Amino acid sequence: MTTPKMMQGNEACAAGAIAAGCRFFGGYPITPSTDIAEYMARELPKHGGVFIQMEDEIAGLAAVIGASVGGVKAMTATSGPGFSLMQENIGYAAMAEIPCVIVDVMRLGPSTGRPTSPSQGDVMQARWGTHGDHPIIAVAPSSVDECFGLTVRAFNLSERYRTPVILLIDEVVGHLREKVTLPPPDQIRVLERLRPTEPPEWYKPYGSAPGDVPALAPFGSGYRYHITGLHHDEAGFPTERVDEVRPWTRRVFRKIKGNVQHIVRYEAEGVEGARTIVVAYGAVARSAREAIKIARAKRRKVGLLRLQTLWPFPTRVVSEVCRNAQRVIVPEMNLGQMAIEVERIVGDRIVRRVNRIDGELITPQEILEAMETK
Amino acid sequence: MGNEKHSAYDYLRHSKKFPSVWCSGCGIGVVMGAIIRAVDSMALDPNDVVVISGIGCTSRMPVYLDFNTMHTTHGRALAFATGLKLARPDLQIIAVMGDGDALAIGGNHFIHAARRNIGITSIVVNNSIYGMTGGQVSPTTPMNMRASTAPYGNIDPPFRIAELSIAAGAAFVARSTVYHSQELEKYVRMGMETPGFSVIEAVSYCHTTFGRLNKLGGAVEMMRQIKDASITKQAADKLSAEERAGRIVRGIFHHDSSRKEYTELYRAIQENAGGAELADGRIQKMEMTF
Repeated sequence: MTTPKMMQGNEACAAGAIAAGCRFFGGYPITPSTDIAEYMARELPKHGGVFIQMEDEIAGLAAVIGASVGGVKAMTATSGPGFSLMQENIGYAAMAEIPCVIVDVMRLGPSTGRPTSPSQGDVMQARWGTHGDHPIIAVAPSSVDECFGLTVRAFNLSERYRTPVILLIDEVVGHLREKVTLPPPDQIRVLERLRPTEPPEWYKPYGSAPGDVPALAPFGSGYRYHITGLHHDEAGFPTERVDEVRPWTRRVFRKIKGNVQHIVRYEAEGVEGARTIVVAYGAVARSAREAIKIARAKRRKVGLLRLQTLWPFPTRVVSEVCRNAQRVIVPEMNLGQMAIEVERIVGDRIVRRVNRIDGELITPQEILEAMETK
Repeated sequence: MGNEKHSAYDYLRHSKKFPSVWCSGCGIGVVMGAIIRAVDSMALDPNDVVVISGIGCTSRMPVYLDFNTMHTTHGRALAFATGLKLARPDLQIIAVMGDGDALAIGGNHFIHAARRNIGITSIVVNNSIYGMTGGQVSPTTPMNMRASTAPYGNIDPPFRIAELSIAAGAAFVARSTVYHSQELEKYVRMGMETPGFSVIEAVSYCHTTFGRLNKLGGAVEMMRQIKDASITKQAADKLSAEERAGRIVRGIFHHDSSRKEYTELYRAIQENAGGAELADGRIQKMEMTF
């Protein structure tokens, strides 16, 4: 084990990226994510990697996708306004199935909002921000330690499933400093993308494959093929044929939906026999944990379901954990972006929303009140 | 003779999509031919060549070429190319863009790629109009000309691509036309041989939209207009500004190979940081410290 040290969430995220093998960062400064860019600018060249500050966030993600096509693990980091600008290229990465990691340190919106204040307002933007139906993976850390671990995992998921992965960090966690003990590098599980082994003339970058994830050849490796944001056939060439569009759509949804059980991560605390379940994520889950501690001291039967994976939404987990609950509390620093999903699963009759969109963290007291009121 | 293979044959993807999406008589094919001949004359391994584009008629070019090809989002070809070049400085990257793609939606990326002097050869096929979407006004539509979104005549002055590129920092800037295909090929090759950022403006035409809206005739007439309007830089330098008006000036406007290319500069940063990759693929000094 490495020695414990004080670290900031954003810093741990950047360290996690390098530990995961990220060797390219392209981005644009924006509060409250800039610490990540600064860390990468300083550290990446030491590891043979590249940092570039691009002219805007659109270019930041474009450069990241370009680097990934060259066979290098790549990441960008931004916040609300920049995340909005990236949406078109997120769709491109989903369509072309290019692995990349996008960190969004969520601040209060809409628009410029309150740049240094926390929010969880980008949950639905992460899901549906780009146009058109597409699968996506999004994860949300609750601690500095998890900023490291979930960033490593975001890269692994991205490479494993050839998909953009979004790391939703709220400003509280991004700027939080706390003690962490990071694992030594040889104990970090790092996945590499599947590369083709067949002769180039047989290579199908979008063909059917075991697990629905075809191998991805880096440019310049002898496999000459075409990448496009247009709907394409198995070889990557544009198509308007329904019989070629449909297999692609089915496969990309299947590769995520079919692996939900491998993708979804959560933590359930004291949910057995609990009458009230709090479903939370990010910094708010820390307030929820405190509220539950207080409630349990008063012998209330309350449990916490803390979601690390937000997309694909852990439908089965929520359904099973909340099966016998009489009340499900969903505290969020937005007006109920995840509560909608929870209500869809458990029914809105038993769901209590606790929301704040004023740039302040939800307190344990506010969650306690939702437990106590009839 | 009839069975002799055309020199472009080996560089085309025969399995897919010919005839092309371009209208009969379009000039973009001439530019594609010039690129193929330039690559061929340099005897490059096609595995090391990348052709990357944004959106529009010109941006459909990569799909026909048997290189590593990437058709990206509108205006962003150079931003994607910048990431790829930094990740893989060994690759020869050509970005093909139309005037709207490169200079309107992609204008910011264009000037910043030039400013960095990153080793990308950018080819701007300038047909003065948005062709694919049906003839809308572009950042290079001449004043007073008509477009479907400038039905009363264009009042936006056009960008001067060469001057813009030089001011922004490109290492090689040249202009030719689709009539002068041999000259175009020469400039594309010179651009590819220049270590930094190069811009080759290929003046073309769109008879389908621009020609129709402005009553300029078909492809043959417009090709002739380009031929008649064009003049070499040497000849143009002897003319007054008034005499030069409306002429297409062909030639090399800037050529400076002395400036360091961007990925070379970054390599020096990696070396100083102890993280440069050695010839055997190992990193100089690789340690994971948190």
